[in-house]
Amino acid sequence: MSVFETPFARVAAGTRRRKGRALPAFPSGAALLPYLLPVTIVICWQIASSAGFISSRIMPSPADVAVAFWSTTISGQLPHDVLVSAGRAFAGLLVGGAIGFLLGIANGVSKVSEQLTDTTLQMLRTIPHLAMIPLVILWFGIGEESKLFLTSLGVLFPVYLNTYHGVRNVDRDLIEMGRVYGMGSWTLFRKVIFPGALPSIFVGLRYALGIMWLTLIVSESIAASSGIGHMANNAREFMMTDVVVLALVIYAVLGKLADVVARALERRALTWNPIYQK
Amino acid sequence: MSVITHERFHGSIEPDYVAHGEKPATPPAGAASITLTGLEKSFGGNRVLRGINLHIPAGQFVAVIGKSGCGKSTLLRVLMGLDQPSAGSIRFETGDSGGERPNARIVFQEPRLLPWLSVAENVAVGLGDGIDKRLALAEAAAVLSEVQLVEKAKEWPSRLSGGQRQRVALARALVSKPGVLALDEPLGALDALTRISMQELINRVWRELGFTTVLVTHDVSEAVYLADRVIVLEEGRIALDLDIPQPHPRRHGNPELAELEGRLLGAILGAGR
Repeated sequence: MSVFETPFARVAAGTRRRKGRALPAFPSGAALLPYLLPVTIVICWQIASSAGFISSRIMPSPADVAVAFWSTTISGQLPHDVLVSAGRAFAGLLVGGAIGFLLGIANGVSKVSEQLTDTTLQMLRTIPHLAMIPLVILWFGIGEESKLFLTSLGVLFPVYLNTYHGVRNVDRDLIEMGRVYGMGSWTLFRKVIFPGALPSIFVGLRYALGIMWLTLIVSESIAASSGIGHMANNAREFMMTDVVVLALVIYAVLGKLADVVARALERRALTWNPIYQK
Repeated sequence: MSVITHERFHGSIEPDYVAHGEKPATPPAGAASITLTGLEKSFGGNRVLRGINLHIPAGQFVAVIGKSGCGKSTLLRVLMGLDQPSAGSIRFETGDSGGERPNARIVFQEPRLLPWLSVAENVAVGLGDGIDKRLALAEAAAVLSEVQLVEKAKEWPSRLSGGQRQRVALARALVSKPGVLALDEPLGALDALTRISMQELINRVWRELGFTTVLVTHDVSEAVYLADRVIVLEEGRIALDLDIPQPHPRRHGNPELAELEGRLLGAILGAGR
């Protein structure tokens, strides 16, 4: 490797090598351990349902849920609702996250901006955003705007707080070093402040992902004509417990997926941090 | 804060850190002389520097020692423009331009490396903005070989030992070929053996490059080993200004140096009694 390679190029080269390796060996016991508990629960649940201990009107068996998954997938309803929900979730994350990020950076860097907006943001933050649902329905009806508004609002504050906190806690000594080594404001931001705040920003992002799904579920159950929340609510009216449980499983899978993606991003962006080194 | 001008590197990317063996008779064009006139610095009502008058010729290695709280670190911070003086003036003079702050670099007590940049990229920080990245990294590699760390160029700073990190910080200061190098207790946090090899390294690069150096330290033997001249600060004033005439490189444990060290220790401990 040449001296000129950036650390990011090095990381990319590392992944390429890893992909080029032969097929991975069968996962060891330690790798399977996290899945032991959920698999055992599902097996016990299935046994209890098959033996008739649990009425299918209260709780469907895992097999019923799997059948519901298959039939809704075949009919196209499930893929459509998942896509609609995921689209809403990420639109909200994008809008709310961007606003929170920009405000966090601005207030971390500029005293004037902080004086102007921080108190207001701290006040708004304490309002449970789901309490605004009635008002939001009055404003936007049950269209896309209401979901976008609520998820954006929910995501905004964790991203804001952690970005702000991250910027404020960048090592003062490093900033002084940057100044005395002749860095201009933009270089100082790009090379010192932003990378220094990044670990905290990622904490905000992962926290925001949880709030994002939560907000979406609630707002889709109350006011929507599509999406997983609507699918579950609709199924309740027809006593289709299998579809209701399916919706819960889908939420769990989507939430876990979003967290895995965020962790992978974090690991890749923070390779310099000893915590992420093997 | 005043802008520090960089003398950019042009032409081939070959390192020109060639060992000269002897210290050049005339300091290089970049080295600056420093003149402090009536320098004062107060924090609130606390007068930390009380009228410092000092002339440092270009290329000289000056060590500033004294008890903690005597104002030696403040003197260095004011000199480097990190703090503004309350009164008095600082004048730098290089061969070509007078008065302007020359290319001055500082090494702090802590390495202050950016943990998210590789070692070579950290060194390249010393070249400032707007320089071609490939050229910057090539220069960084040249200086890293000077501090015997070229094989660590692509490592993260967190993978290095304390002494290695401080060598990277030194390389970052040297990469822009400074006219003035300020060292703020740079070896204070290192173990005794690492400190001795770092002292030898600092002495060698200083003899090769000939920059004016101001070293703040609390280690009298370090001051005597490295410096042409030792200043003792006492309550914000110069209490003693002693020349160390021995030729470089010096030997640790040289009896003449030990005698000077004893005198300086006596001056530091005796003052204020």
